[in-house]
Amino acid sequence: MSKLANNEREVVISATELTKQFGDFIATNAITFEVFRGEIFGFLGANGAGKTTAMKMLCGLSTPTRGRATVAGFDVSTESEKIKKNIGYMSQKFSLYEDLTVTENIRFYAGIYGLSIPVIKEKTAALLQQLNMKSQKNVLVKALPLGWKQKLAFSIAIIHDPAVVFLDEPTGGVDPITRREFWEMIYAATNRGTTAFVTTHYMDEAEYCNRISIMVDGKIEALGTPADLKSKFNSETMDDVFLKLARNAKRIGD
Amino acid sequence: MIFAKQLTKSYKTKTEEVKALLSVDLNISKGEMFGVIGPDGAGKTSLFRILTTLLLADSGSATVNGLDVVKDYAKIRQQIGYMPGRFSLYQDLTVEENLQFFATIFNTTIEENYSLIKDIYEQIAPFKDRRAGQLSGGMKQKLALSCALIHRPVVLFLDEPTTGVDAVSRKEFWQMLKKLKNDGLTILVSTPYMDEAEQCDRIALIQEGKILMNNTPEKARASFTEPLFAIRSDNMYKLLHDLRDVNLVNAAHIFGEYIHISSPFINQETIVEELKLKGHNQIQLIQIDPSIEDVFIKLLTHLESHEQISE
Repeated sequence: MSKLANNEREVVISATELTKQFGDFIATNAITFEVFRGEIFGFLGANGAGKTTAMKMLCGLSTPTRGRATVAGFDVSTESEKIKKNIGYMSQKFSLYEDLTVTENIRFYAGIYGLSIPVIKEKTAALLQQLNMKSQKNVLVKALPLGWKQKLAFSIAIIHDPAVVFLDEPTGGVDPITRREFWEMIYAATNRGTTAFVTTHYMDEAEYCNRISIMVDGKIEALGTPADLKSKFNSETMDDVFLKLARNAKRIGD
Repeated sequence: MIFAKQLTKSYKTKTEEVKALLSVDLNISKGEMFGVIGPDGAGKTSLFRILTTLLLADSGSATVNGLDVVKDYAKIRQQIGYMPGRFSLYQDLTVEENLQFFATIFNTTIEENYSLIKDIYEQIAPFKDRRAGQLSGGMKQKLALSCALIHRPVVLFLDEPTTGVDAVSRKEFWQMLKKLKNDGLTILVSTPYMDEAEQCDRIALIQEGKILMNNTPEKARASFTEPLFAIRSDNMYKLLHDLRDVNLVNAAHIFGEYIHISSPFINQETIVEELKLKGHNQIQLIQIDPSIEDVFIKLLTHLESHEQISE
């Protein structure tokens, strides 16, 4: 993947001076960056840095005040419906319906993404096999352990083979084994060509990304591979890089 | 200060019996910062709830500051501070009202014990008229800690206090804990973060209700005796699978930008040559010192493989 120089790679997300302003408050301030096909891109920032606003614009849920962005070749301002068909979204806070069973959740989301009944059947069988969850297929999601829920939520988020999957703090606070199993699933998906856009403030998640951007007070203050950033900021860990940047933040997260 | 002997607890549902704690022993000294680490559902919260007198064990016994968790529950509650995993302050009360409420419950006033919480409370004081429900994660944590301290407890129980809190707040929170520890407070804290585990005097790894390891971070790291290497190449996903396919390493786990591999005998040149033949470029292989996370992964995966054998 990284064998290709950046200018030879297929751009999947492109943002140019992307800005969102609420009254006098500039939540996202002219951010410019590109994300490539099959990349795991970490989008970092402290609470209140403007991550969520930026991600809403990229998902076609919020119209930019200024600047432009394309996702999977579609303009976020004018083609938001096409974007929604070509992306997946998963958050640890909310993704699955707790009162539906495992198969009901799969059928529901696959239906929303417009997959046909035969395809849904086929995908459901493959997914249950792959997750080793055949015997739990009729169990309510709320009865599943957290780690299983996360894996199921991720599999469902990519059930329609989207160009980009947005992951909002996907594994924060889970144990080391489960976290690894989850990241191996992300590796496998990106290896098949899906791009993973990960927003997080957990530095252990950041270390798994190919490249990382760090937002402070609405602006992207750093962008590069974890190794680049660590050497640029003369730090041993990403945690340290983040602290050096985020300590200068003027906005208080709330 | 905290003593537990063969604590056992199980929960019965209609269909099955879940064993939350299996014969857990603990002995935590005064002034110690003791960390409990383990996956979701390992039994951490059950342990905290038994020691804070909120849950009865099925068998076994425990004392906190010499007081029995069953007989002397009322006395224990006067002497401990407890911060549960879920934010449990009154969301509709302001910051100041919450603190006042907890002080009143313990027959004290904010003024009387202000010196203890001063450093922490000063950081949230600008928001004292804001409702607790409207605070950011880091601010909520600081308020919850202030409320847990307002009656000057001798032991502090913190159940995953920093889960979901950003890196800056997390660091500040641990600086406060260290200061409290230096003032003589005994602290029992659970966390999913390995960097936090490293800062404890001792750590216990708990899995399926059993304590698998109880040691200082230094001794825990020293228990990892196999040589450990970090490796990366231009195709990490393929690298992971190639490493697991060849019989050159015992274990391969992804670790951020690298994959950690270990085996009793690792011939670096052989591995690099083999991987080159499989088409890998830009291979980096370096020997590293094990972290607490390496130790835990090894313990947890060994446990799983033993279970598979016994099944």
